[in-house]
Amino acid sequence: MSGVLSYLVFFLTTAAIYSIASLGLNLQWGRTGLFNIGVSGFFAVGAYAYAILTISPLTGQPGLGWPVLAGLLGAMVAAGLFALLVGIPTLRLRDDYLAIATIGIAITVQLIATNEPELTGGTNGLFAIPQPVAGWLHGSGGVAFLILVLICVALVYLALERMIHSPWGRVLVAIREDETAASSLGKSAFSFRLQSLVIGSMAMGLSGALYAAFIKFISPQDFLPIFTFQVWAMLILGGSGSSAGALLGSLVVWAIWTLSGGLIQAALPAKLQVDSGAIQIILIGLLLMLVILFRPSGLLGRKRPAVHRSTVPSKEQA
Amino acid sequence: MLEVRHLVKHFGGLYAVDDVSFTVKTGTITGLIGPNGAGKTTLFHTIAGGYRPDRGEVFLGPKRISGLPPHRIFQLGLVRTFQIPKPFREMTVLENLMVAAPGQLGERFWSAWVAGRRVRRQEREIRERAVQVMEFLNLGRVAQELAKNLSGGQQKLVEIGRALMSDPQCILLDEPGAGVNPSLLVEIVDRIAELNSRGITFLLIEHNMDVVMNLCDPVLVMAQGRLLLEGPPDLVRSDSRVLDAYLGGTPA
Amino acid sequence: MIGQLLANGIILGATIALGAIGLTMTYNILDFANFAQGELLTFGAYFALIAVSAFAGVHSTFGALSFGWPMVVALLLAAALTSLLAILVDWLVFRPLRRSSIQVALVIASFGASLLLRHLVVLIWGPQPAYYTTNIQISTQILPGVRVTPDQIFLVALTALLVVGLHFFLSRTKLGKAMRATADDPQLAQVTGIDVARVVRWTWIVGGSLAAVAGVLYGMTVQILPEMGFNLILPLFAAAILGGVGSVYGAVLGGLVIGIAENLSVLFLTPTYKPAIAFLLMIAVLLVRPTGILGKPKL
Ligand SMILES: Nc1ncnc2c1ncn2[C@@H]1O[C@H](COP(=O)(O)OP(=O)(O)O)[C@@H](O)[C@H]1O
Ligand SMILES: [Mg+2]
Repeated sequence: MSGVLSYLVFFLTTAAIYSIASLGLNLQWGRTGLFNIGVSGFFAVGAYAYAILTISPLTGQPGLGWPVLAGLLGAMVAAGLFALLVGIPTLRLRDDYLAIATIGIAITVQLIATNEPELTGGTNGLFAIPQPVAGWLHGSGGVAFLILVLICVALVYLALERMIHSPWGRVLVAIREDETAASSLGKSAFSFRLQSLVIGSMAMGLSGALYAAFIKFISPQDFLPIFTFQVWAMLILGGSGSSAGALLGSLVVWAIWTLSGGLIQAALPAKLQVDSGAIQIILIGLLLMLVILFRPSGLLGRKRPAVHRSTVPSKEQA
Repeated sequence: MLEVRHLVKHFGGLYAVDDVSFTVKTGTITGLIGPNGAGKTTLFHTIAGGYRPDRGEVFLGPKRISGLPPHRIFQLGLVRTFQIPKPFREMTVLENLMVAAPGQLGERFWSAWVAGRRVRRQEREIRERAVQVMEFLNLGRVAQELAKNLSGGQQKLVEIGRALMSDPQCILLDEPGAGVNPSLLVEIVDRIAELNSRGITFLLIEHNMDVVMNLCDPVLVMAQGRLLLEGPPDLVRSDSRVLDAYLGGTPA
Repeated sequence: MIGQLLANGIILGATIALGAIGLTMTYNILDFANFAQGELLTFGAYFALIAVSAFAGVHSTFGALSFGWPMVVALLLAAALTSLLAILVDWLVFRPLRRSSIQVALVIASFGASLLLRHLVVLIWGPQPAYYTTNIQISTQILPGVRVTPDQIFLVALTALLVVGLHFFLSRTKLGKAMRATADDPQLAQVTGIDVARVVRWTWIVGGSLAAVAGVLYGMTVQILPEMGFNLILPLFAAAILGGVGSVYGAVLGGLVIGIAENLSVLFLTPTYKPAIAFLLMIAVLLVRPTGILGKPKL
């Protein structure tokens, strides 16, 4: 396969993996107003859980050698458990306490990943992580895996959309809009928020697991806060509240990120290349500010009502 | 129906509700009046679970509700509206009402899969009910409008509409007439009377004396956090203490 | 052993306290959780490094301390430049967003700003650790089993001095009172004729200066590193929450508690988990007493 094509496959696979995390964030932030800035933490939990569950013990690493499907499910469960841990103490309090607690869990997860070599491989990380459908469509490069990831995106998208547009999702929006009013109408804000946090984090965990399976090697350096920033940028740019926006935003932001990275490498003197990250962050940050100021609803913002427009008897329509 | 015993709620040194006791009898429309800052809204908030009382108890029927969170109190049959309307701004009027229906199967996130048919059927019922309520309150024309685009008076109606989506035993209305144009007010008064005749008990904060005199019996008067007196509307109207309270004099 | 750990805890706690004061002030006056506060510490430490390197030829030390006049100049310079940086970031990033309809835009922006500032440090000064001096300090025994260096005593004394100074600033000066009024009720402050823009500016100056000092002190007693501020962000937030968000004295108390707890944790855990201790304490406080030790927000 040609270089350009295989690069395209690489690009799309990464963007698709990111988009699963931003779908999760859309449920949490876009629909429920939950302020999770520890996305990298839940992503890391998913990645490590998948790696630990699936790596063959024969590699001499901590691994259970489970089938990959069990690994993917296990990754989601693990991320969900961490979300419970953060959510229970903070979801009754003011919004930004959740933010602080989620970044706390992200940092703590990284500490554990770095300092528990028996479990996580420490700074050396874990390698030889099994990849589902490896070897299928022989010689196609990563196309088989890309297809698998896209199927996962579709499943997550459909599942979340179905929940968002159910009475459950309607309650989430009500709580986002006015917690006091929602509680006075019998909704337990805490319980619904916790559900949304856990489910969204499970999507992030799945995203992390697919990342681990894709790269086949993970170390603590893969889970820095910059990931959280990227996912937020994707959601805000795409249109907070809209699942389709989250998908589009992932593609656009990841394209900008990759292209600008390439351009900087090409244009800047070698000495400055060490940290092209700063310039990329300025670029995305600037874009974000413009979106927040001038188009707060993003590319595909929440123009639609919270639940599908329903058929009301025609005489009601003015 | 609703019994309040020695209820106290203070903010630092300010006793907004200061040892208030009264009973709202089943089937009545009980009025609650008093000058601004008397503590009426705070009293509502404390009864409905928004604030935890610092002292005292509240009973709904035989059940002690003080200390329960607001959503539990709602589930026991007590609904309240807010003085400053709190619509779900980014939701349509129809959705505002539908979300308020109690006991929705579809509020369990998994039921979208395991009970799709029953959820859909229930959604249809809830929608029908919402349409009825909207017709009853003359909100039909704005059913698909986002709540944030409504006038203040219409938002008040949405509040009442949400309260009607359940079958509450008792509704607390906080100034349903404030900021509402006179013809709409007549409408609201009629609706309250009609609902009351169907058996719903009301506790009603209102400044418009005509409304209070026409609708409420008995009337409670609050001033400076305390319950000043309680009685039939004529008596309250002619009591000099009430006038004093409104003129800012300290209660005798 | 315990005595030594307590002493180390107070020393670390003093640094955390200074950083947490700035955090709690922006939280209260500007009403958002500033995740870039840690980077103000980092920049403070590096700004001081510029001055210290510039005076590399000057040999001056105060008594037993490891530094002399150059460090005093460096501290002042660091405070001034960090305040400027904070005002600049506010002007470029936070000020435009204050009128956004997305209520947490500021917090997201501060998160982005924190990332950016961290990358800038690496870009300018490189990723390797740095030190103000290579002199080795002799620690002296101040109590049985408790050894501290003169620098550490200086650090605690300076912190105490700054906290007392801040107390007088907030309670006695007109500006300080205006800041407290703004924290209590921004709208009311505006209508009573308080110049809110000036209050915002001074919040950054006070918060930025204290952060700079905290960064320098941390650099002096530990090391200077691009991630130093980020590594302190959890302890800073934990201290602010523990003391009760908005309370300056709460932040000091919280800082000391966190510093001591992190050091005592060495008795049970490997030292690398120190930051997680701050996190656990914070969660525990949120569960038991969400308003923090010193209760209601009040400067
Ligand atoms: N959350 C609060 N914090 C402090 N004081 C409050 C709060 N809510 C109300 N108050 C005060 O309590 C008193 C009663 O207010 P309120 O219950 O709104 O009166 P009313 O509804 O009768 O006009 C007023 O003095 C008001 O300023
Ligand atoms: Mg009121």
